[in-house]
Amino acid sequence: MDLGLTSDQEAIREIFASFFADRAGPDHARAAQPLGFDPEGWARLGETGAPGMGVPVDAGGGGASLADLVVVAEEAGANVSPLPLVDHTVTARLLAGLDAVGDDVVSGAAVAGLAVRPATGGLARSVPAGAVAEVLVALEDHRLVVVRGAAPGEAQPNHADMPIAHRSVQDGEVLAEGPEAVAAHARAVDEWRALTGSLLVGATRMAIKMAVDYVSERHQFGRPVGSFQAVQHGLADLPGLCDGARLLVAKTAWAGDRPGEGVADMGDNEVTDFAALAAMALVFAGEAALRATDRSLHYHGGYGFAEEYDIQLYYRRVRGWAQVLDDPARECRRLAGLLLNDREVD
Amino acid sequence: MDFALSDRAAVFRADVKAFLAEQVTDEVIGAMHESGTFNDRGLNGALADAGLLAGAVPGYGDRDPVELYILFNELEKAGAPYDGLAVTMLVAGVVHSVGTDFHRTEVLEKLITGRHNCCLGYSEPDHGSDVAAITTRAVRDGDGWVIDGRKMWTTMAHESDWVLLLTRTDPDVPKHQGLTMFLVHMDTPGIEVQPVATMATERTNATFFDAVRVGDQWRLGEVNGGWSVMGVALALERGVMGGTNPAVPLLRHVRAWAETAPSPDGGTMIDDPLLRERLARTAIANQVGQLLTLRAAWVAATGGLPGVEGSMAKIFASEAYQQVVGWFQQMAGAEGLLGFGADGAAGNGWIDYDARHAPVTTIYGGTTEINRNNIAERHLGLPRTR
Ligand SMILES: Cc1cc2nc3c(=O)[nH]c(=O)nc-3n(C[C@H](O)[C@H](O)[C@H](O)COP(=O)(O)OP(=O)(O)OC[C@H]3O[C@@H](n4cnc5c(N)ncnc54)[C@H](O)[C@@H]3O)c2cc1C
Repeated sequence: MDLGLTSDQEAIREIFASFFADRAGPDHARAAQPLGFDPEGWARLGETGAPGMGVPVDAGGGGASLADLVVVAEEAGANVSPLPLVDHTVTARLLAGLDAVGDDVVSGAAVAGLAVRPATGGLARSVPAGAVAEVLVALEDHRLVVVRGAAPGEAQPNHADMPIAHRSVQDGEVLAEGPEAVAAHARAVDEWRALTGSLLVGATRMAIKMAVDYVSERHQFGRPVGSFQAVQHGLADLPGLCDGARLLVAKTAWAGDRPGEGVADMGDNEVTDFAALAAMALVFAGEAALRATDRSLHYHGGYGFAEEYDIQLYYRRVRGWAQVLDDPARECRRLAGLLLNDREVD
Repeated sequence: MDFALSDRAAVFRADVKAFLAEQVTDEVIGAMHESGTFNDRGLNGALADAGLLAGAVPGYGDRDPVELYILFNELEKAGAPYDGLAVTMLVAGVVHSVGTDFHRTEVLEKLITGRHNCCLGYSEPDHGSDVAAITTRAVRDGDGWVIDGRKMWTTMAHESDWVLLLTRTDPDVPKHQGLTMFLVHMDTPGIEVQPVATMATERTNATFFDAVRVGDQWRLGEVNGGWSVMGVALALERGVMGGTNPAVPLLRHVRAWAETAPSPDGGTMIDDPLLRERLARTAIANQVGQLLTLRAAWVAATGGLPGVEGSMAKIFASEAYQQVVGWFQQMAGAEGLLGFGADGAAGNGWIDYDARHAPVTTIYGGTTEINRNNIAERHLGLPRTR
């Protein structure tokens, strides 16, 4: 057991913490509204090798593990970066697993995206990176299809300023069919859950930091508002939620790097199954992020509601990440199926 | 991060699980709730005889805190009576870290046989969270000391051989600087223990000290150095010694109930969508409680003092427990009110039991507010409010 980062991961963390802060931070996120995508930042990110980092080496990528990828994702989330790195990464890994990943996706020259929910009637609705994905993968009727071509470049107006768009997958090329297609999509969505969970952890961490900084500076009644116990106690539960979410995400990544070995025994609180952990990680990290951004915005007083302050960006973005896949309550019911092992889950 | 237990820890856990599966029978669990004493010397002694106990003394022997965590987590998940054991091993850890050779021979060696118990005498009727303000006096008298005062909530005092007693030795200096810790044998003349009943099944006590004479060799730590001994005791207590997975047995009881209980909407409760959602949310909270506790154990295993990490684990687990207990008790309707022995009680009365027990978990061992103060000051770096 080792709950620390490896020295390599520590180095990765430092590199990407400064990359996102300099090249793709809250100011860039604000400038990228309403599309939620900064092409300039994406091009710079391509130079770091990040778009292909999670692709296996024999497919031309960096061969990074999920455990490494969550470290990068946390820093992207901490900066509400307007870059579809998570969607791109899981889609690239999915394509690589089917021997269908091109150099353009590995290099990031083409943005890849995943319809996380199955498409129906040839239409994938509310795809998280749908507005910018030039390579789009979707599952419909047990067929996994890929659509290549120019992205619409325009998002549906949305709460989170994410590049959400509806996409036709009618003329997609079939990558796989039947159980293989379903399993490949399910695995990619579980990876999406884990990495999106990590985006949420990063945003949670930063929301707490912004709150602490603000209440330490802001004075009312002749003292910092952070000296009031009501304010302190409204913040004090958040680090535990943040750390708990980070540990759960890391455990999920650890399990995802060892497929097929896990168990899900809720009666003994022994859960090492990747799919069960991925569901847990997204739900819990989402809950932590909602709480932390809610408290942080509140303790900014009126300024928290002002466009100018960053906390509103975090507040809106985390709500997008937490529910673009589904209502967390429905995610929980799906998880119950995995834990109780009493019904088919698809 | 690597979430796999070391081979050694995995073997230890398998041994503990096998032991508990055999020893923690329904009779053992029934007896604990009948008597209100969450301590079973037979079980403790058998644990020691099986070689599973000596490693449970924090810092003693060759077990690391991850294994200590495993022992108490498995006891907690099994619903076993372990409160008395946890306190006893905590005192053993304090003795190991600040005691004299005399204390080690007279106390520690006996505690690890599983046949002796200790209790904690910190709280008083008028001083709980502000424990440094206690007033029980210890006054020098020749070679020894004379102790007068009252302690409240001395759980297990009626089972114990010794009490770890926090006393005031100097009332004229700032409160933290006038405290001294003693180990006092419970058979010493002048000690009286009165039972205090609670709203759940557990019993605790009020303890009276009337001109109790103890030799100076029973002092633990320096004269007026009691607060630093408290620091050791609190650091050992937080996080690793059970108390952060109370909803694991609850989840088993709820599941067993839901699989047969008819739903008023038709079918059985296990198919109720809200119940399923809440089972999953509870399973998530149980994982998070486990991970936060493991993190505290890991910090300790790598040489740190997990004060803040322990506070996080305790707040999270106790608040989550209260929330989920409330959900399930209501979802069981009238049957969720029925207790042990009642005809048709949901979960054979366990849901009612957990609903009665849950309120104390945000109070004892340091209240949620005291833990929040700790995190706000020591982790977030906000100004002290007291
Ligand atoms: C079943 C049970 C078993 C126990 N076992 C033991 C034992 O074995 N040995 C032992 O020594 N003690 C034991 N305790 C005592 C326990 O540690 C205390 O109850 C606890 O520390 C709180 O103290 P109090 O009850 O005096 O509450 P108080 O300190 O009076 O607190 C009352 C309320 O005020 C809040 N409060 C207090 N100070 C602050 C502050 N600074 N900021 C914000 N809020 C504050 C508290 O959080 C609480 O909600 C036990 C208690 C119970 C109920």
